Amino acid sequence: MYPNPQVTEFIEQHFIPVQFHIKAQPAMWHRFGVRWTPAILVVGQDGRELYRLEGYLPAEPFLARLRLALGYYAANRKDWKTAEREFESVVAEFPNSEVAPEAMYWAGVSRYSASRDSAELKKLAQQFRTRYANTSWAKRASVW
Amino acid sequence: MPNTTSIQWQHDADAALEDARRTDRPVFIYFSAAPA
Repeated sequence: MYPNPQVTEFIEQHFIPVQFHIKAQPAMWHRFGVRWTPAILVVGQDGRELYRLEGYLPAEPFLARLRLALGYYAANRKDWKTAEREFESVVAEFPNSEVAPEAMYWAGVSRYSASRDSAELKKLAQQFRTRYANTSWAKRASVW
Repeated sequence: MPNTTSIQWQHDADAALEDARRTDRPVFIYFSAAPA
């Protein structure tokens, strides 16, 4: 653990924060299927898991994943405009993050889901030819 | 990881889900084994 005002502010601003300690609330570990610490789960208002992070990360990659989780939160609600904005923010703010290619993929999927225009998927595949080309996300987009 | 001393943590999952619905936000759950 370390104090990081950016992380704290981001969590306070965007989430309802809950903490469970293994000794104090072991039932919660079983309820959410947690196997390792530290673990972060982002869950929707129906209690369903949207994103999981197991193990420690420094502030910047941690923030990139929290922003990515907000994209998944919006996508699960089919709020495609918000989802696209959140995923694009990951790529813009954390372009060298491990999750940036994942975010670029889902930004394109969000654009397609909002428009139902298959040209969006072709554009996404084209984007991956010039950016994040050697990633598994580029392979997934290569079908288009 | 968050700075655990300055976040206003809840410790009840169902109350947090209710707050999430009320405030239209997702829930961030931090599972810890570190000394409280």
